[in-house]
Amino acid sequence: MNITSVEEAKKDSAYYKALTQLLYQLADDDFIIAFRGSEWLGLAPHIEEDVAFSSINQDTMGHSAMFYQLLEELGEGDMDALAHARKADERVNAVLLEKVNGPGNYLIEPKYDWAFAVVRHYFYTQAKKIKIESLKNSSYEPLKHVAIKVNMELYYHLLHWKTWFTQLCLANGEAKTRMKAAIETVLDDFEGVLSQGPEAATISQFGLIGREDRIRQQFITIMTEVFEKVELTFPAQMGLKSGDGRKGQHTKDLEEAILTLGEVYNSNPTATW
Amino acid sequence: MTDKANLLRVWEKLQSVKDPEIDSVSVVELGMVDEVKVVGDTVTIKMLPTFMGCPALDIIRKNVEKEIASLAVFELVEVKFIYQPPWTSDRITEEGREKLKDFGIAPPPIMDESGEWHVDCPYCGSTYTTLENIFGPTACRSILYCKGCKNPFEAMKPISTLM
Repeated sequence: MNITSVEEAKKDSAYYKALTQLLYQLADDDFIIAFRGSEWLGLAPHIEEDVAFSSINQDTMGHSAMFYQLLEELGEGDMDALAHARKADERVNAVLLEKVNGPGNYLIEPKYDWAFAVVRHYFYTQAKKIKIESLKNSSYEPLKHVAIKVNMELYYHLLHWKTWFTQLCLANGEAKTRMKAAIETVLDDFEGVLSQGPEAATISQFGLIGREDRIRQQFITIMTEVFEKVELTFPAQMGLKSGDGRKGQHTKDLEEAILTLGEVYNSNPTATW
Repeated sequence: MTDKANLLRVWEKLQSVKDPEIDSVSVVELGMVDEVKVVGDTVTIKMLPTFMGCPALDIIRKNVEKEIASLAVFELVEVKFIYQPPWTSDRITEEGREKLKDFGIAPPPIMDESGEWHVDCPYCGSTYTTLENIFGPTACRSILYCKGCKNPFEAMKPISTLM
């Protein structure tokens, strides 16, 4: 199956529904994790990390823009509105990605946890890498092209987070304890990142992306190997503790994030930036 | 004037559209122009974005529109960013690579099969350099240090579909 145009994708309403559902997941995931990452600007452990992390966030925001653009082309509405003006319960990002970076906020006493940032971003980037590799064979050709583009930038992101993860897990002092705690927190909600939502079966039947269970298995295989190298055991037990974002279930963290990130957009939605 | 002659004028004019952040190099030399099509009074320019999150893309689009409009031969100037073929760093021309060096930025290194890459100093040519940060001040650049002439410098990141 190879669908090359918007018109062709719209011919079959079941295909259209599965395709847009998947695109919303990909777009919303990248969008919110890039926002959370950008809240670290100026707060990262050292200046080189500030440069690197903000560059990664900028790339990731660019990836979400490509997915929103595909949705716009399919007739889902203006891409800026899709990113900024949708309410929390219309969004399908994984709940793990919307969680605040830690107590406090960007302006007042941010007590952000770097261990949580490293684990969340590393695990997310690894899962995204598997999905993007699979999307390179998607039945929707425009998505295939986007995947090839994303993949080239993702290479550097994965290298970056894997380095942090490995070094902190092997470090002395409080690093190991904090990393173990962060791993537990992230895995408690990681099922939400791997989930393809209520349309999972049709999404894979139409060859839009590889089957959810296969992607999960690939993730577990890779992680098991990485964990062995840092003398830890990958538990392979992942949960949906804080809710199923793919079904529109979210926390107040997302509502607050939307208020903040949409503030400028909402001040004048018709402005051209 | 024929379409063919206008086509040449468009390509020539595109040479004067520079990267807003590296003003020695044109979008043509950066390999960002995939195709130019002239049909009567309409010109369509297909361009390849370097990094999607790059804020310079919109500025580049406007600058291309402005420059081509200044030719005063077209009713309609259309600039489209497309993803296929993807932009890769080996699209930068020989001239572009030289001009990057003039700006103090090392051209993107050629990666070997193992994914290893090495950059020489754009100032003194020394091979005795270290990578300080893969990520740099813009999405497309890395930060390096030359132990030969003791200068920090930047290099264009290698970007390839082999990654």
